[in-house]
Amino acid sequence: MTSAPTGAAPPAVPVADERLANIGLWARLMRRPEVGSLLGALIVCAFFWVTTDAFGTLSGIANWTDVASTIGIMAVAVALLMIGGEFDLSAGVMTGTTGLLMGLLTTEWGFSMWPAIVVTFAFAALVGFINGYMVIRTRLPSFIVTLATFFVLQGANLGVTKAITGTVRVAGLADVPGYESASKVFSDTFWSPHNFRLSVIWWIVIAAVATWVLSRTRAGNWIFAVGGDANAARNVGVPVARVKIALFMTTAMCAALVGIMIGLRLASVQAGQGVGEEFTYIIAAVVGGCLLTGGYGSAIGASLGALIVGMAFIGIQFSGWNTDWRFLFLGVILLLAVLVNNLVRQRAEGARR
Amino acid sequence: MRQLRLALTAVLMVLGLAAFAAACGGDDDSGGGGSGGTPATSDDVNLTQGQDTTIAVITHGEGDAFWAVAKKGAEDAGKQMGVTVKYSESANDPQKQAQLIDSAVTEKVDGIATSAPNPDAIRDSLKKATDAGIPIITLNSGAEDYQALGAITHVGQTETIAGEGAGKKFKDAGATKLLCVIHEQSNIGLNQRCDGAKKGFGGDVENLQVKGVNDIQTTLTEIQSKLQSDDSIDAVLTLNPDIAIAARDAIQGASSDAKLGTFDLSGDVVTAIQDGEIEFAVDQQQYLQGYLPVVFLTLYKSNANTVGGGQPVLTGPGFVTKDNAATVQKLAEAGTR
Repeated sequence: MTSAPTGAAPPAVPVADERLANIGLWARLMRRPEVGSLLGALIVCAFFWVTTDAFGTLSGIANWTDVASTIGIMAVAVALLMIGGEFDLSAGVMTGTTGLLMGLLTTEWGFSMWPAIVVTFAFAALVGFINGYMVIRTRLPSFIVTLATFFVLQGANLGVTKAITGTVRVAGLADVPGYESASKVFSDTFWSPHNFRLSVIWWIVIAAVATWVLSRTRAGNWIFAVGGDANAARNVGVPVARVKIALFMTTAMCAALVGIMIGLRLASVQAGQGVGEEFTYIIAAVVGGCLLTGGYGSAIGASLGALIVGMAFIGIQFSGWNTDWRFLFLGVILLLAVLVNNLVRQRAEGARR
Repeated sequence: MRQLRLALTAVLMVLGLAAFAAACGGDDDSGGGGSGGTPATSDDVNLTQGQDTTIAVITHGEGDAFWAVAKKGAEDAGKQMGVTVKYSESANDPQKQAQLIDSAVTEKVDGIATSAPNPDAIRDSLKKATDAGIPIITLNSGAEDYQALGAITHVGQTETIAGEGAGKKFKDAGATKLLCVIHEQSNIGLNQRCDGAKKGFGGDVENLQVKGVNDIQTTLTEIQSKLQSDDSIDAVLTLNPDIAIAARDAIQGASSDAKLGTFDLSGDVVTAIQDGEIEFAVDQQQYLQGYLPVVFLTLYKSNANTVGGGQPVLTGPGFVTKDNAATVQKLAEAGTR
């Protein structure tokens, strides 16, 4: 990352400083973390656009942006967390937990939709806080701590749902007062014959806000700093614990947003919702140029990673390829995207010397 | 220069991917590929009518032995009727299933056959399909909801009735405590089977949630430790053939003498029935659940026929026991039972 010079600027002296060397636009562009995923996305897009009829139609685009959007919202949050140097393996199952909570509050405990949504967000913030607090206090890898959260939530999802409803899903959300208005905000479609999903707008807004925070605010600098070297960051006065806990809370609350979206869309929530999706989010973030070691990455890249996953999912469907091979195709496409990404980054870093 | 090499590499990768896709999609005899080359070789008058018909079959399966047979049924029907069948699975994720149905509507397919384990979740997507004039048939799960979903008919078996039949089998065999093994978290149909078994059995029934077909080893351990911790269990009912084999090994591992019955067949299960390790299998003949919807939808398109008369078309339950196992074995090994 490049940090903006701070403090009082010395009087301008026209002496060439090698740190301020003039770098060409092309080289600067190639050094962006998202350039690899952009290239990967373009290749995947072009491939399916040319080989299938439906992929390039507006309705087709609505299909794959729909798949990409809920993955994308989570990928952006997970990317921020990864830049901050941490993982959250409970991010996937959290979408199920929050969806179920909203469902149980409304269908079993008489809440109307909007208060239930507020409670759900508050609950997510609490779980995120607990995740972050445990990681900070125990100094255990977040991989382990959130794996524990993952299992706890997975078990709770099934156990609580079955104990209360007697089945494995919460249904009947469509009859709850406030469902209509909540749907209009979270899960409706727009642009009628093609039916684009509102979640796509949410995704774009969240990616834009995350990008602004990362590149234009002090909080963004802190995120890069704690992920790059937490000790160094602490020594220069960055509130490491607060930043990391805030990142965990952001991830959990984005999971709540996605859980609410899916719950409202399907008018029901299954107890197994979201299990295993956490890896899709992490993959999208990594394809988008986030380093597993932290301190590097971008929200736009993660969004492009999610877009690749969405395009591949629907593209494979349109192609009519034998679905026995689906995961193989998906794996190959993702591997190619990562390879392109890597190649570009190596070129770019080579150019730096 | 560098950019040139980079661009070249990218182009090569795309070509590689394309070649790879062509190889995988084309070689496979299942005819799922969009090329439509397979039926063209026997392109006769009687086949041309269905030539540009595409049926989407969308299930909640995850590539296990059960759904492989249903898939084969759908593909065989596609070949015999001369129509293109696009089979896809959502791995029990209702959102993915809704999205797959949406994409089939976008493609303007001529018919959609879908399982409905969670009817609420796919209601909106199926509404879009009916609004677009695409006929629907539900299969496997959804016997109670197919009319509300706007489907012509449902092809499957009623879970509760099939469960009752299995429970009664154990009761007749003199068992007193039954363990019902559930292998998917979110499939309501499985719980209905266990509820049905409880009704038919009349005695003590306990449900056990296990990891599932993606992790057979853990599932085996879970069943085995349950049997070891409670030796009053003298009957085990599994709801999937892969799980049945795990349960057989678990019963042997726990030195239990519990009787084992299962839902659905595989080659291994039939062999185990012949060897007396499994008492019976409830057969819902899922080959028909893939095959018949494709036939019905094709007939609907070409001849405006509706099958079922407003009732579901039942494919089961039938029971496979030691008596008829030999016949079924040959067919199971060919992948159609």
